[in-house]
This record gives sequence, structure tokens and C-alpha cells, in this order.
Amino acid sequence: MKKNWPLWEVFVRSKNGLEHRHFGSLHAADEQMALENARDVYTRRSEGVSIWVVESKHITASNPENNGELFEPAHDKVYRHPTFYDLPDEVKHM
Amino acid sequence: MKENLYKYILGIADNSLILGQQLGALTGHGPSLETDIACTNISLDLFGQVRSYYQYAAKIKGEGATEDSIAFLRTERKYLNVLLVEQPDTDFAYTIGRQFLFDVYHFLFLNELQKSHDVTLSAIAKKSIKEVSYHQRFSSDWVKRLGDGTEESKLRMQNAISDLWTYTDELFHQTEADKAMVEEQIAVDVTTLKDKYYETVNAILTEATLEIPESKWFQKGGKKGIHTEYLGYILSDMQYMQRAYPNMEW
Repeated sequence: MKKNWPLWEVFVRSKNGLEHRHFGSLHAADEQMALENARDVYTRRSEGVSIWVVESKHITASNPENNGELFEPAHDKVYRHPTFYDLPDEVKHM
Repeated sequence: MKENLYKYILGIADNSLILGQQLGALTGHGPSLETDIACTNISLDLFGQVRSYYQYAAKIKGEGATEDSIAFLRTERKYLNVLLVEQPDTDFAYTIGRQFLFDVYHFLFLNELQKSHDVTLSAIAKKSIKEVSYHQRFSSDWVKRLGDGTEESKLRMQNAISDLWTYTDELFHQTEADKAMVEEQIAVDVTTLKDKYYETVNAILTEATLEIPESKWFQKGGKKGIHTEYLGYILSDMQYMQRAYPNMEW
């Protein structure tokens, strides 16, 4: 049975978190079952307050073979990191 | 000792204990990792509820009784669970059918128990009802999926419901202790839950494209300690450690 069920990616927003983070994947027959399975598999230790599920096939991923041209050019551009000035205390969640 | 209250609490808690034990025994044997974890979660919810009930029962009983002695050291005839929860896991449809037929009752029951004049029981009911609400959602959902699924799953789900149907009426029976507790406004008058129960169950079975069993002949006995053959096997598994190594602790 299970081998016929599609794969889903699970994103959970934790109590203190502001955004949903990828928690893992699971199998389910449809979106409703995916949500319920996600609740059982990933939030049983009260990790979350919100769950998103998306069928894995809908995710378009970058190709690891292209990592060179995609990511390496950024390595020597440290000035793109916001580390050269002090962050005021009022600015939260950076 | 308040004999009636003690028996009344066991009558509630033993259902959850035996059902929890049954689901727990399935750990690692579920049809998929996800449903396996779901069944184990439900089992743990039920054990959590059982502990609250037995701790309260132990206090009432006194004589050095503990939640563990109540759970592990009674003989078969002293367990007051309904026959439904001790029925075997013939296949996944039976596991789901048993769960569904119990969950619908359990939810209606806890909803009323919240109004109990016994503050401890009322508090346990308030804490448990969210868990049971989810159990009902899980099992109803699977009844619909299997019933309205493939030819094979429909047949199996129908067999399970038809076989287990005979154990549903007992949920609404009252023992002498139950009646005495209803008088004191501590117990839920389960006879008043019956119409709503069958209404809910029938609606879900209809949605699941399953036949509502017509049998009007029902089994009973569990609430008086007269059980089907299955309970003995469940207890021998469950009690083994305490019987073989008395007072052992983890």
C-alpha cells in the first residue's frame, strides 16, 4: 500500500519560530492525510503551532552539479553580509 | 471506601487501559510508519488518561493501592471494560473499526463527564476531550477511506463493522454502581447518549458507503466482569512483568 502513496514535504512553525521550517517528509494518499500524518509524526512532542504540507513533486530543486556556478561566486563577496554596521536594538528578528 | 465511585472509575478507565494496551501491542506492526505512529500516539493518550483515573481510584481504595496495582494486579473478572475494546486486531480494518466505534462513544461520554459534580472526574474529562476529539477524527477518516476505497478495503471494513456491531449496545448499559453515581450527579447517564451515538456512527458509515448493520442482537457482560476469551490473553501479556517480578520498577 505504502509504495503507492506519494511523498510529501512537511514544514512546521514552532512555538517560538516566525517561519515554517522544513521538518522532513512522509507518505500519504492525499493532502488531508498528509496533514494528519505530519501532526502524528512531527508534532507529537508539541513542537509546532502550524503545519504546511506540499507534495514533493511540486518542489523544483536546484541541480547539485550546478553548485559551482550558482553558489561559489558569492564566496568572496563578504561585503554582502550585513556585518559591517551595528544593528539597533529596536530591530528584531534579523 | 466509596465502593460505587471506585467501581465507576474503573468502568471508565478499564476501557482506555485495554484499548491502549491493544494499540500499544501494534507498535511496529502498523501498515505504514505514519499510521503506526498515529496508533501509538492514541495508545499513549489513553494511558495518560488511565493514570489520572487510577491515581484517583487508588486514593479512594486506600489499603496501599497504587495506580500500578490497580492496572496490573487484578484478575480478569475484576476488569470492567466493555467487550468492544478487547476484540482482536484481525486486520487493520478491525483495529480502525474498534477504534471508531469506541471513539464516537468516548467523545460523547467525556463531553458529559465534564459536567460531573465530582471535580476530579470533571477535570480529567476536560483534559482528555481534545485528545479524544482527534482520535475520533483519525478513526472516522480511516473508516471513510477504507469503506469508500478499493473493493478489497471496502469488504474488510464492512466485515469489521458488521462483526463489531454486536458489542456497541453494551456501551449504553448501566451497572448498579453506575446508577447510584448518576443519582449523585457524578456519573454520566449513558442511556441518554445512545441516540446521538448511532446517529453519528450511521452518518459516517453512510458517507463511507458502508451498510449499517441491521442486527438487533447484542453481546454484553464486560461491565460486570464477564469477558470474551480475548481479555485473558491481553492481560497475560500486559501483566507478565509484574507477575513474574513482583514490584519491579524500570
